[in-house]
Amino acid sequence: MAKEIIKVVDLKRYFKVGDETVKALRGVSFTIHEGEFVTIMGTSGSGKSTLLNTLGCLDTPSSGEYYIDGIAVSGMGKNERAKIRNRKIGFIFQNYNLLPKTTALENVELPLLYNPTVSAKERAERAEKCLREVGLGERLYHKSNQMSGGQQQRVAIARALVNNPVIILADEATGNLDTRTSFSILTLFQRLHKEGKTIIFVTHNPELSLYSSRNITLRDGHIVSDEYNNDIQSAEDVYRNLPVETE
Amino acid sequence: MKLSNLSKIAIKALGNNKMRCFLTMLGVIIGVGAVIAMLAIGQGSKNSIKAQISEMGSNMIMIMPGAERRGGVRQSSEDMQTLKPADYEAIVEQANMVDKISPMVSSSGQWVYGNNNYPSQAQGVNTQYLDIRQRKVVEGEMFTEADVKTAAKVCVLGKTLVDNLFPDGTDPIGKIVRFGSIPLTIIGVLDEKGYNTMGQDQDDMALVPYTTVMKRMLAIDYIQGMQASAVDENLTDITIDQITDILRQSHKLRADQPDNFTIRSMQELAEMISSTSSMMTVLLAAVAGISLLVGGIGIMNIMIVSVTERTREIGLRMSIGATGRDIMTQFLIEAVIISVTGGVIGILLGALATWLIGVFANWPVQIDPFSVILSFVVCTVIGVLFGFYPAAKASNLDPIEAIRYE
Repeated sequence: MAKEIIKVVDLKRYFKVGDETVKALRGVSFTIHEGEFVTIMGTSGSGKSTLLNTLGCLDTPSSGEYYIDGIAVSGMGKNERAKIRNRKIGFIFQNYNLLPKTTALENVELPLLYNPTVSAKERAERAEKCLREVGLGERLYHKSNQMSGGQQQRVAIARALVNNPVIILADEATGNLDTRTSFSILTLFQRLHKEGKTIIFVTHNPELSLYSSRNITLRDGHIVSDEYNNDIQSAEDVYRNLPVETE
Repeated sequence: MKLSNLSKIAIKALGNNKMRCFLTMLGVIIGVGAVIAMLAIGQGSKNSIKAQISEMGSNMIMIMPGAERRGGVRQSSEDMQTLKPADYEAIVEQANMVDKISPMVSSSGQWVYGNNNYPSQAQGVNTQYLDIRQRKVVEGEMFTEADVKTAAKVCVLGKTLVDNLFPDGTDPIGKIVRFGSIPLTIIGVLDEKGYNTMGQDQDDMALVPYTTVMKRMLAIDYIQGMQASAVDENLTDITIDQITDILRQSHKLRADQPDNFTIRSMQELAEMISSTSSMMTVLLAAVAGISLLVGGIGIMNIMIVSVTERTREIGLRMSIGATGRDIMTQFLIEAVIISVTGGVIGILLGALATWLIGVFANWPVQIDPFSVILSFVVCTVIGVLFGFYPAAKASNLDPIEAIRYE
């Protein structure tokens, strides 16, 4: 059995909004092992964003246990969680969230800047390697505002890879991209998966579950289905068969 | 977290907004520049007053008969007869802190040469007087100890007297002038000094051996005062104490009796005059300081706007592992960079302005290194102080909300 990367036990998260208590997560339990590519589905209000925030150590659960790479996160303080985010997690956002007017290389170096154990030389080397990995070896010094959406998202993926995280958390990573670019990004995710990376991809697009190894569906703060996909479709094939748009 | 990394981040962030960064800095630049220039002007005028006073002899000590305060009717110090030539001799013998000392007696009258005459005083002094007042004899020579001993009928005249008595430019050396009824031979002419700070003509002066004034002009056995110089400017106070002790002893005063003489130093006078100029300096610096404060508020204003504008960026930094402390440090560094860079430019600009004022307005100016250090420190403090609130605001952002902020 592969290593347990993420383990959540009876995770609950309640928010107080005025006099009402919103129950975003009402007892969620699952385990994700090394090398899985999990999509988490759900409509808005299903609790998937709250789950993602909790998995990303941005939020703490109201009750329940959360272990990442064997470390209990539930009782951690702000600064400890920041360190976990820095060393164990790679975030990818829908709107890329790159620093403006900053080169691809500098954007990718960013997480390592907050890690004092990494030297400047190592930082640059690792950032460059990650950019080559996502196919941007030729655009190291392009500024973020000079790049297309797909390229920006690749930079963001490189940034998520640069700290060698145990888990990559993607939040609607293809949400802002057109179909063709979406599939090229998805192809990249599948390649990373094949290389052994553990990925959680949160989305409301049910189609994407065809390309992941496992799909968890949330509704009203509960898990309604948790299925393994034995017939993973190749995003690359779809990408190749898509017509190239010409103007 | 590594401070150098955070500094890099801060510098990069500032570089992304050069124009805004510069405009924010401008407040500090003008503030610091004004402080530097104002203090330089203040310091300059203080120095020029000091220089003028020290030209008169900053280590000069004046000994006058009589006390400053005494019940009843006060007499003119010149009429009091408490200082005798014996006192002078006692000081010469005993006071090792006194460098030079001269008795002072003066007689008013009309100087006459041929058809020309001029009203002035005959200043009775000894040979050391020139050194005390830092004067020189430029033509002829000063009278000698022998002249003093014999109460010789000689005199050394100042430029004003020479000009008035010899309007045709005749060489005055060796000529005999009359002071009252006494004929005096001119043996020297004093250097030209012009007017002093108090508006006195320092060239309207005639030096005569004090014995001549005492015996031949006034027929008195006391002296009207003494002028002395301390061995060192900074030892003036000790010197005054020493002279006081000697005079009290010589006057056989009991411990409960007040001094029957007064001793003043040029330094007291200098302090009095420079205190006025100090007040002006403080006023100028206060005005300039206010503009520096306004500059600091400008920094705070921009930093607050910047925090709001960069909420998403802050959220991102936090989600990839920046702690609240890292964010706070970054914003503080940004504020300090703005204020310190502004401060350095301000110092340079202030120095330039000072130089221009010195050259074109011809004001005495001097940049005090202390004012440079002070404004540099104030800048850093302002950066930290006014950067703190925005930085704290940034560090307290919730990363979940910040990253989705539109």
